[in-house]
Amino acid sequence: MSGDHSDAPIAARVRRMEHLLEQRGLVEPGVLDETLAAFLNRATPMNGARIVARAWTDPVFRERLLVDAQAAIAGLELSMGGGLRVQDLQVVANSEDEHNVVVCTLCSCYPLALLGPSPTWYKSEAYRSRVVREPREVLREFGVDLRPEVGIEVWDANSEIRYMVVPNRPPGTENLTEEQLAALVTRNGLIGTALV
Amino acid sequence: MTFTTGELVRAKSVDPPHHTRLPSYARGAVGTIVRPQGAHLLPDDVARGISAPEEAVYAVRFTARELFGTGDHTVTLSLWESYLEKP
Repeated sequence: MSGDHSDAPIAARVRRMEHLLEQRGLVEPGVLDETLAAFLNRATPMNGARIVARAWTDPVFRERLLVDAQAAIAGLELSMGGGLRVQDLQVVANSEDEHNVVVCTLCSCYPLALLGPSPTWYKSEAYRSRVVREPREVLREFGVDLRPEVGIEVWDANSEIRYMVVPNRPPGTENLTEEQLAALVTRNGLIGTALV
Repeated sequence: MTFTTGELVRAKSVDPPHHTRLPSYARGAVGTIVRPQGAHLLPDDVARGISAPEEAVYAVRFTARELFGTGDHTVTLSLWESYLEKP
């Protein structure tokens, strides 16, 4: 019983709960929306992009990031908090001969605080079921055509651990500032469905 | 039972009537422990209202060939100790 997560009934339940909390004076009207908006304002792929740019320019940070991501991102004043509880994070790095890609086959687990709300395709049955079985084909459909000798590592975020990918630094970017480098990184690059 | 990095483990082949976070595609497959991932409440217990201490979670890497009989990639899942047994 690990599949079957329809959003509709839960959304209706959440709205009903919210209404009851407000009706009984436990929550001020509008506060939940404001809290959510405040979280989502901070939760954008720019956070992930900043982490990647630092990892590209600072080998010590990169090493720490891959071993203990929570501690490393705290140094950039980022965290996996903001939700009900702080989520665990593991960061994985691409290399010349290995490409990483993230999925949650059970539902849609995703490092929201660092990447913002997940794209619709990430939650789709097609992506979730196909990328574990035929990642090379799925990546090709995203426009990522890997050389046959590049190995693919799929990470299933089926538990409490959230994953983020450090893409390879593009060639010819040696003279860019950290800020300019961050601007190159896309949300899909952080999931592994784009090269950068 | 605790497992160490590099050790071979088998994901249990069970189909419980309750919620679980052991995906069906991994059940019965043999993989390698690649990293300990701390301890977390077992979702199977949480879903049934059973109070139990946190349990060790491991990143376990499987070859696509082992999981699906085909493919040249690997898939890494996070599996609670209860989901694993000696192969």
